[in-house]
Amino acid sequence: MDLALAPETLARWQFGITTVYHFLFVPITISLAALVAGLQTAWVRTEKEKYLKATKFWGKLFLINIAMGVVTGILQEFQFGMNWSDYSRFVGDIFGAPLAFEALIAFFFESTFIGLWIFGWDKLPKKIHLACMWMVSIGTILSAYFILAANSWMQHPVGYKINEEKGRAELTDFWHVLTQNTAIAQMFHTMTGAFMVGGAFMAGIAAYHLMRKKHIETMKTSLRLGLVTLAISGVLSAVSGDHLGKIMFEQQPMKMAAAEALWDGEESAPFSIFAYGDVDEGHNKVAIEIPGLLSFLAHNNFDEYVPGINDLNEQMQEKYGPGDYRPNIPVAYWGFRWMIGFGMASLGIGLLGLWLTRKKFLLPQHLRVGEDEVPHLVVWKKPLGAKWGKWYWLLLLWTMLFPLIANSWGWIFTEMGRQPWVVFGVMKTSAAVSPNVSQGEVIASMSIYTLLYAALAVIEVKLIAKYAKAGPPELTEDDLNPPTKIGGNSKDDSDRPMAFSY
Amino acid sequence: MELHDVWFVLIAVLWTGYFFLEGFDFGVGILTKLLARDRTERRVLINTIGPVWDGNEVWLLTAGGATFAAFPEWYATLFSGFYLPLLFILICLIIRGVAFEYRHKRPEDKWQTNWEHAIFWTSLIPALLWGVAFGNIVRGVKIDQDMEYVGNFWDLLNPYALLGGLVTLSLFTFHGAVFTALKTVGDIRERARRLALQLGLVTAVLALVFLIWTQIDNGDGKSLIAMIVAALALVGAIGAIKVGREGWSFALSGITIAAAVAMLFLTLFPNVMPSSLNEEWNLTVTNASSSPYTLKIMTWCAAVATPIVLLYQGWTYWVFRKRIGTQHIAADSH
Repeated sequence: MDLALAPETLARWQFGITTVYHFLFVPITISLAALVAGLQTAWVRTEKEKYLKATKFWGKLFLINIAMGVVTGILQEFQFGMNWSDYSRFVGDIFGAPLAFEALIAFFFESTFIGLWIFGWDKLPKKIHLACMWMVSIGTILSAYFILAANSWMQHPVGYKINEEKGRAELTDFWHVLTQNTAIAQMFHTMTGAFMVGGAFMAGIAAYHLMRKKHIETMKTSLRLGLVTLAISGVLSAVSGDHLGKIMFEQQPMKMAAAEALWDGEESAPFSIFAYGDVDEGHNKVAIEIPGLLSFLAHNNFDEYVPGINDLNEQMQEKYGPGDYRPNIPVAYWGFRWMIGFGMASLGIGLLGLWLTRKKFLLPQHLRVGEDEVPHLVVWKKPLGAKWGKWYWLLLLWTMLFPLIANSWGWIFTEMGRQPWVVFGVMKTSAAVSPNVSQGEVIASMSIYTLLYAALAVIEVKLIAKYAKAGPPELTEDDLNPPTKIGGNSKDDSDRPMAFSY
Repeated sequence: MELHDVWFVLIAVLWTGYFFLEGFDFGVGILTKLLARDRTERRVLINTIGPVWDGNEVWLLTAGGATFAAFPEWYATLFSGFYLPLLFILICLIIRGVAFEYRHKRPEDKWQTNWEHAIFWTSLIPALLWGVAFGNIVRGVKIDQDMEYVGNFWDLLNPYALLGGLVTLSLFTFHGAVFTALKTVGDIRERARRLALQLGLVTAVLALVFLIWTQIDNGDGKSLIAMIVAALALVGAIGAIKVGREGWSFALSGITIAAAVAMLFLTLFPNVMPSSLNEEWNLTVTNASSSPYTLKIMTWCAAVATPIVLLYQGWTYWVFRKRIGTQHIAADSH
C-alpha cells in the first residue's frame, strides 16, 4: 500500500493533529487556573479592587480557553479505541488505569467546580467560591499527572509483564508506573512549560494595554505576575528539561542522538547549532557545533562517549531483529531546537521585562512611578525612548506565542523521536492501529476534525482577542458584596437576575 | 461475584449516571426548539443546565476510561467497530460544549442564532445515536474470531437499533421536559408540564415495544423484572407530571432510565458484546477483561472516588436549587 495512505500513517496524522491542537489549550488552562485562583486569593485577602478586576478579566479569557480544552479532550478519551484498537487491546490492562483515574478523579473535579465557579458569583460566599477555583486548578494538575504517567509508560515501560497466552502486556506494579523517574521528570517539565505559556499570555496581553496606557493598575499587577511566572517557570523548565534529557539519554538514546543529528558516536560529543544532513547517506553535509557540550548534557561530563544514530540502529537491529529503528531525523533535530529556542527566547524576553519594569531596585528616584502610572522601561539610568519602548511592548505581545510553540514542538519531538515504537521496545506503532477501520473512514474523520478544529480556532482566537482588547470590566455593587450564604442571601429579591447567565 | 462481574455492574452504573444526567441535558437542548418561544426562554432552558452540564458529561468520559481499563477488548472492539456513529457523537459533543460557552459571547443576532441551532442538533443527534449504539450492542453485531467488528456502517442501522435510538431520543426529551418543569418558574414551567405529558405518552409506546422486543429476543427472569420496573416508573412519571408532582416525576423518569439500562445490561450478561456470527466469538466479562491486579486497583479507586464525586456533584445541584424564569435572565450578560 502507498505509504502516504497507509492506515498507520493516516492514524498517526489524525492523532498528531488532534493532540497537538488539544495541547494548545491544555497549558493555558493549567497555568491560568492557578494564576486566576492566585489573583482571586489576593482579592479575598486584601479586598483591593484591582485584584477582583484582574480575576474577572483573566477568568473570562480562561473560560473561553478551557471550553476548547474540554471539548477537544473528549475525543482523546475515545481515539485510542477508534484508531488504535490493537494498541488498546495490548496495553489496556496498564494504560487504561491512569486514564480511568484521570476521568474519575481529575475530570470530575475540574468540570464540576468550574460550573460552580462560573455561576457561583452570586450563589457562594467568597471564600467557598475561591475554593472552587483552587479545586479546578488541582483538577487540571492531577489530570496532567495521570496522563503523563500513561505517556511515560509508553516512553519507558515499567511495572508490567507480557502475558504470552493472552498476547498482551499486564500490569504488575501500578505504583511504579505512577512514580517512575520518567513520569516525575515529564511532569516537572510539562508543568514548568505550561506555566511559561500562562505567564507569557498574561504578560503579553498586559503589555498590549500598558502600551496604550489603559487599565493601568490592573495590567501592571498582571504584567508583574506574568513576568515573574514566566521567569521562574522558564528557569525551572531549563532545569527540568536538562534532567529529562539525561533520563532520555539512558532510556531512549536514539531519540537524543536524533535530536542532535549525531550520526556516529563520539567521545566529547559536540552540541549542534545548525545541521543539514543526508538521511539516506547517514551523515550531515553542513554542521555548526559547540565541542563537548552534548557529552555534558548527556552525562554531566565533557569527555564522555555518546553513541550515534548509526551505532544505535545496529544495536537495536541486533536486539529487536531486522528493521529501521531511526525516527524522522529532521523532525527530531529541528523540533528539539525549536522547543529550546522558543522556550529560552521567551525566558530571555521575560527576564529583560522584569529588569526594565523594576520598581525600585537600582532605579533612580525620579524614574519610580506611582500605582496608576505605566512603568518607565529603564535600561540603566535612562528610560527607553518612546519608539524603543513601544518595540519592547510589541515584542512582549508576540512573546505570548513563543512558549506555546515550544510546547508543541516539545511534544512533536518526544513522540516522533520515540518512533518506530508506540511503546518503546515493546510494541511498534505499525502494529498498533485498528485493523478493521478503513482508509476511507480515517480520511473522513481526519478531514472533519481538521476542518472543525480550524473553524473553531478562528472563532476562539477572535473571541480571545475581543475580550482581551475590551479589558477588565467595571465592578458593580453586587461584585463587591458577594453573598454570605450558600445558594445566595436573598429571599426578598428572588426575582433578581443571575450574576452570570449563558 | 468476581471482580470482572463487579466491573460489569460498575460500567452499567456509569452509563446509568451518564444517561440519567446528560439525558436531561440533551432533552433540555432539544426543548430549546420544541418548547421555548423566544430567545429569553431559550436562555432560561440553557441556564437550567448551565452550571452542571459539563460535570454531567464526565460520566461518559469515565465510562469510556473505565471500559478501557477494565475491559480493554470491549473498548477496542466497540469504538473501532462503531467508528462512524461514534465520530458523529464526538463531533456533536465538541460543538455542543463550545456552543454553550460561546453563544452569549457576542451580541449579534446571527451569531447567537447559529449557536442555538447547534445546541438543538448536537443534543438531538447523540440522544438518538446512543440508543442506536446500545441497541446494536444488545442485539449482537458481526464480530469475528479475533474480536474485530467486520460489519459495516449500514449494518448498524437495523430496525431494532433504530427503534432503540427513537426510545432514547424520546425518553431523554421527556426526562428533559420534566427537569425543566422542576427547575423553572412561570409560564414556561406550565408549558413544560403539558409538553412532558405528551412526550411521556410517545415515550411509553416506543419504550414498551422496544423493551418487549428485547425481552423476547434476549430476556430472562431478571431482565423481565427490570422491564416491569422501567414500565411502572415511566407510567408513574407520566402520572406524577399530570398531577403536578414534578419532583416525583423527575425521580421516576430517572428510575425509568436506570431500570432500562439495567435491563439491557442484564440481557447482555455474561457477554459484553455478543457476536451475531458465532456464539463462540462473543466478547464476555471473562475474555474481554483486564487482569485481576488491574481490576483490584480500579475497584479501590472507584470505591473511594465515586462516593466523593456523588457528594460534590449533589452539592452543586443543591447550590443551584432555585428555580429560574425569564426574570432571572439579564438582558446583556454577554
